[in-house]
Amino acid sequence: MSILVFTLILLVGAFAAGLLGSLTGLGGGVVVIPLLTLGFHVDIRYAIGASLVASIATSSGAASAYVKEGITNIRIGMFLEIATTTGAVIGALLAAYVAPGIVAVLFGFVLIFSAIMSLRKKTEHLELSDTSPLAQKLKLNGSYPTAEGKVSYYIRKVPGGYILMTIAGVISGLLGIGSGALKVLAMDVVMHIPFKVSTTTSNFMIGVTAAASAVVYLQRGYIDPGIAMPVMLGVLIGAMSGSKILVKANTHKLRQIFAVVIVFLAFEMIYNGLTGKI
Amino acid sequence: MLTKKYWQDKDVALLVGKTLRTGVLCAMGITIVGALIYLFHNAGGKPEYHVFKGADLSLRHLPGILTGVTHFDGMAIIQLGVVILIATPVVRVMLSAIGFLIEKDYMYVFITLLVLSIIIGNMLAGLGG
Repeated sequence: MSILVFTLILLVGAFAAGLLGSLTGLGGGVVVIPLLTLGFHVDIRYAIGASLVASIATSSGAASAYVKEGITNIRIGMFLEIATTTGAVIGALLAAYVAPGIVAVLFGFVLIFSAIMSLRKKTEHLELSDTSPLAQKLKLNGSYPTAEGKVSYYIRKVPGGYILMTIAGVISGLLGIGSGALKVLAMDVVMHIPFKVSTTTSNFMIGVTAAASAVVYLQRGYIDPGIAMPVMLGVLIGAMSGSKILVKANTHKLRQIFAVVIVFLAFEMIYNGLTGKI
Repeated sequence: MLTKKYWQDKDVALLVGKTLRTGVLCAMGITIVGALIYLFHNAGGKPEYHVFKGADLSLRHLPGILTGVTHFDGMAIIQLGVVILIATPVVRVMLSAIGFLIEKDYMYVFITLLVLSIIIGNMLAGLGG
């Protein structure tokens, strides 16, 4: 295979990854790593570098498209960023000492977790009373406008959310993904942040967290232009097209199919990691 | 234009969106230019990514990348596009710091600067080894 063919196939694959990632809300990174390692036998370290670039591409690409719709709570985002960026630094440091096979196995488990999270029935928790003095002190509570008027919401379990976000940061730094599924768990399930707010806020955080580890991986040589170029362009164009379709499409069926594919990829990653093929 | 309700201000939200869009489009444009030069010279070569050697040393830091760009090196130009993409969320954090400063919310000015210093410290500490 020549570099031209490699670039073109990767471009198409990355486009599909970006499209599916934005339609299902799982981000581009979860497909990029299996695509590169299983499909092209690329060393997992290059795959991690490319996936980080893909995560930033999805985050900034979507943020520039969605800005009028969601309501980002910039204080929640920024406060939890302390946790995720600290975690990302720890993860990127750890990555130098963890064998590629173990990274592949860990990645497989995160994939399975992400698939489960994407199929979970979403229930909105809206806290209507103030229970957390810490949330008040940090000014995390907020409100958003609806057709029926302004809705105020309150945040709970700030320390629990903070710890989960640190773990999300470590995983993101170690595996080069946005760990969107863990962020959703922390924000929706633990802290009870309403969907309208958590989706865009989490998207904002994914970009910042990925940037924190990307600066380390760039210096380590994980980000190679020959791979980063088709991945970045493909994922960006895919994610932008996805956000245009998203408004009309019914994504439930797609989510189910995608979850099955991801679980299959997860087992493949775990198997290859355990047998030393990655 | 900038009132106390800074972050509820539609204009500012739009400004952030515009900044992000500009950053992303800039990164894409530069990467495409780099890609064309890179493919023009290397299209027939063989991709060797199954063994990890790491990107060329000159492509791992900004001064090296910029030197490559002045020589119209395709790989360096692509890498510049990647660096601009990595910078977009960081610029967004910087804009937030200015926003909180205008709001006189000094606790959040501090928190935002803390996040920025973690990212920049990470970059300067040479943890990449």
